[in-house]
Amino acid sequence: MATTQERIGEQAQAPIKEAGERYRSLRSDVWRQFKRHKGAMVGLVILGIVVIATILGPILYPLDPYAIDTAIANQTPSWDHPMGTDNLGRDVMARILVGGRISLAVGFTAMLFGLVLGTAIGILSGFFKKLDSPLMRFTDLFLALPILPLLLVVIMLFRESLKNAFGEEMGIFLLVVFIIGATSWMQTSRVVRGEVLAIKEEEFVVAAHSIGTRKRNVVMRHILPNVLSPVMVSGALGVAAAILTESALSFLGLGFPASFPTWGRLLFDAKDYLQLNPMRVIWPGIMISATVMSVNFIGDGIRDALDPKLRSR
Amino acid sequence: MGRYVIRRMLFAIPTLVVISLIIFAILDLAPGDPTSQLPLTLPAEIREQIRESLGINDPFLIKWVKWMRLMFINEPLNAIENIFNVCIGECEGRARIISWSSRAPAIDVIMQRIPQTLWVLGLAFVIGTLIAIPVGIISAYKQYSAFDNVGTLFSTIGFSVPTFFTGLLAIVIFSVTLDWFPSFYDTTLVVNSWETLVRQVKQMIMPVAVLSLFNAAALSRFTRASMLDNLNEDYVRTARSKGVSERKVVMTHVLRNSLIPVVTLLALQIPGIFGGAIITEQIFRINGLGQLLIVAIGQSDVPMVQTLTFIFAVLIVVFNLVADVTYGFLDPRIRYD
Repeated sequence: MATTQERIGEQAQAPIKEAGERYRSLRSDVWRQFKRHKGAMVGLVILGIVVIATILGPILYPLDPYAIDTAIANQTPSWDHPMGTDNLGRDVMARILVGGRISLAVGFTAMLFGLVLGTAIGILSGFFKKLDSPLMRFTDLFLALPILPLLLVVIMLFRESLKNAFGEEMGIFLLVVFIIGATSWMQTSRVVRGEVLAIKEEEFVVAAHSIGTRKRNVVMRHILPNVLSPVMVSGALGVAAAILTESALSFLGLGFPASFPTWGRLLFDAKDYLQLNPMRVIWPGIMISATVMSVNFIGDGIRDALDPKLRSR
Repeated sequence: MGRYVIRRMLFAIPTLVVISLIIFAILDLAPGDPTSQLPLTLPAEIREQIRESLGINDPFLIKWVKWMRLMFINEPLNAIENIFNVCIGECEGRARIISWSSRAPAIDVIMQRIPQTLWVLGLAFVIGTLIAIPVGIISAYKQYSAFDNVGTLFSTIGFSVPTFFTGLLAIVIFSVTLDWFPSFYDTTLVVNSWETLVRQVKQMIMPVAVLSLFNAAALSRFTRASMLDNLNEDYVRTARSKGVSERKVVMTHVLRNSLIPVVTLLALQIPGIFGGAIITEQIFRINGLGQLLIVAIGQSDVPMVQTLTFIFAVLIVVFNLVADVTYGFLDPRIRYD
């Protein structure tokens, strides 16, 4: 007995003895593991640069993205126009910076919407047995829908009415965000449901039930925090997917209007001038690819960092 | 197993019915009017007659049931008749789903477009798989080697860079700058001599290469992960310890087990490839199914869009079923009942 107590005492004193080795919280552990993932760190830096550039860029950069000057149309990159000009003489770099705002805003909002929807459906179907079967059938049904054709059709149909209701820019933005979110929640809900089914049987949840905790509080305080890690991973992947979908829609000419540049739209507009000004295609393409790639790497990093098997090493 | 397959197939029917209802409901809200393309001088009453003849003014459920009958009874009967050259019932005057813009039966138009789509996408699918599986095997066997790291980098780039960028990049490099390949796909080309064969190959290289690299990226990662799961299993150690050659351990024992999830993923990818066709065909100007859909949407050709979207849905449901069934067939540990 004495030896055990001594050992406990030693352990308790250990943190005090080694001043350098401080108490390790889960959050700092996760961050340490995340930092070890080189790709994720590079991704974080690139994403940071892109986000800052698109937020501050249009304020600091002197040229107007909408100023038409046909005298300088289709120029190659120069000091005055670092990325050249388009067929109407508008500065491509200014348009890329402004377009990035919309692309990123669509990516993050659509992801958040899909994530909230997916998590809610996943928790409901995992936690309430009665809802499980209908909600999962519903998820299966959504998974069986041909998403891209339907997205195209829906945009085509509702574009005008939303444009009239919320104005040109806001209407299309809401529509694109809503339909991307509404068609991308299924994987999240499946993963969350699986996690909830496992956590529901854990002793701490049973204990919470037994002291009379309300169901709502069991879900919010005990279950939700424990499913956050898979939710974060699918959130990161969701941003990448949403940016890609938005660009694809714009690329097909069915996303944002021409007066409202997003990266996909810029690519779509540039593709008709391939012979004349091939560099114009490169810039928006690089921006989309770099952003999506860095978000994917960050997702990988989060997944590794939240995996307790890898973290304990 | 047999009972499971039958149960799944029976379940697929209500799924498809509900999907067709959803597609139908979305399209029914379409503000687009097929008579809007007709000359403005047309009197209003004739316009109304045309609308009447197209059945636009019927109530929603009636239209849906009519369309269901055409889709599930008339069209399959017609297909059977064409294949076996027989006549079942009133084969001459049977109603078909008619495209509003081309005035031809929608299925016939779709059948004309299928070869282009299938050639490019099918070839890209096969080549992508043939690249991905060996790369995945080597990456897993030599984990963290230079080959593996380069492979990981390339596959992450591969599925992060959208095909509509790589495609345009390929056009800029290989057709605008180097002028090696044509930038668009000529479907009227008839392959009947060596020269035309060379032209056909030339115009297919870029779309097939772009798509197959995109397909290979995700698949090679998946193969690698699956191989890694199996390489550390006990049965691998047993096989090695009883003196089975390393080649046989990897290529027979591990690979066979690792390919089970890969095969299912392949089946699940096929409908996605048809969806991807919409974008690829737009880049390389191939007049396949995807291009047909885009044009039909632009013209508010509701029957065509309905039929095409429904065919995409059928593909998804069928290949989900195929994936589940092959999984159970390949892996005897899976028990469904």
